[in-house]
Amino acid sequence: MDSPDADVAPRSSPWHTAKIIAIRPETPRAKTFRLALPEAMPHRAGQHCVVRLTAPDGYTASRSYSIASAPDDSAEFELTVERLDHGEVSTFLHDDVEVGDELEVRGPIGGWFVWNADSPALLVGGGSGIVPVMAMLRYARRLGRPDLVKLVVSVRTPDDLYYADEVVGPETTILYTRTAPPDFARAPGRLTAGDIPGPVAPGTTAYICGSSGFADAASEVLVDAGVPTGDIRVERFGPSG
Amino acid sequence: MARFTRGFTGRGHSERDARLPPGQYDTGRTWPVLTAEVTPHLDLATWTFRIEGLVERPTTWSWDEIHALPPSSYAGDIHCVTTWSKFDTHFSGVSVDTLLDAAGVQPSATHVLAFSHTAYTTNLPLAHITNGQAWIVWEYEGRPLEPAHGGPARLLVPHLYFWKSAKFIAGLRLLDHDEHGFWEQNGYHDLGDPWLEQRYQGD
Repeated sequence: MDSPDADVAPRSSPWHTAKIIAIRPETPRAKTFRLALPEAMPHRAGQHCVVRLTAPDGYTASRSYSIASAPDDSAEFELTVERLDHGEVSTFLHDDVEVGDELEVRGPIGGWFVWNADSPALLVGGGSGIVPVMAMLRYARRLGRPDLVKLVVSVRTPDDLYYADEVVGPETTILYTRTAPPDFARAPGRLTAGDIPGPVAPGTTAYICGSSGFADAASEVLVDAGVPTGDIRVERFGPSG
Repeated sequence: MARFTRGFTGRGHSERDARLPPGQYDTGRTWPVLTAEVTPHLDLATWTFRIEGLVERPTTWSWDEIHALPPSSYAGDIHCVTTWSKFDTHFSGVSVDTLLDAAGVQPSATHVLAFSHTAYTTNLPLAHITNGQAWIVWEYEGRPLEPAHGGPARLLVPHLYFWKSAKFIAGLRLLDHDEHGFWEQNGYHDLGDPWLEQRYQGD
């Protein structure tokens, strides 16, 4: 394993107050929140931050959300949040938060599931697991280096695809596991080795994000496609609501 | 001082369970999986557990040898830094005390680096894995521990956040200093006490 930089996270990571400056729906169950901070919070593609809600009696609830936007010099960033029916934080963010509201955030966090745009990356996202790898695709495009990345995104149906207009491009392979759009060449079905754009160049790091079941299945597919186990980084989305 | 979030009251927290550390929620019957590497499938015929570093007798146990040691169990709660807690879990294996006694800890040892059969590592103060606080476990609720949850065997240190309970455990290295492990290099806390909310460096 390569050794992540020891300085990727600040020694102490304070809470900041961020203002919601835009909210847009991605799918019927996912919204993107654009937040503005008093000063820039530089992040790396793939990192996450923590959102904390505080009730008047001091009760708090916190959850981690991947940053969807590419690293840049601004003091703004985006989080895409899936609404989980029993999720205390995600339902509040979806149902109650409005533009102009303030949220406490902390981060960015994580030095493992990050891509610095200095080597080839094979990105694999399942469902809501597209969020951190979308930050990597956006970063590659922003730097004018889309040649460095390949993205494979797996969703159940067309309605489940985040960033549907933006994600398409020569870097991207979309596959549907249940229902595909009309005239879509590939029959609905799970990810297979044939879906991996190949050959995978030596020195490629693979980033897999999704549910634990998806992550395990995708890991096996990549190993079958010749990617060394040690070159695969995995982020599993637990049912954190 | 936290700022109040407009409109947020927090539903259900009036009957909040006293077993929940601050900032945690009860995940119920589910057990989320958050491994950062490819899940390995380890062969019990060649599996080993080792204690090395500042010990009198560096020792390696096979699967059969470690099972021949006096058994020990944990019944209680576990807490993950991603904010879920799980109540009333039952794990069985062997106490880390038994293993350390067999290897003979040198007086200069103050910390351990737990290392896995994958590249995973995590650091712990020695004082937090002795005196009945830590186990090497291979059974969960009376059944073999599944690979998704770290099987065939994992470290269990239930009074700390669960990333300290290294999955696919391969051994403990006794050190006279603290040495960052996988998540600790990446900004997570060196100790990770859930009751003090020690999630990240600086907490």
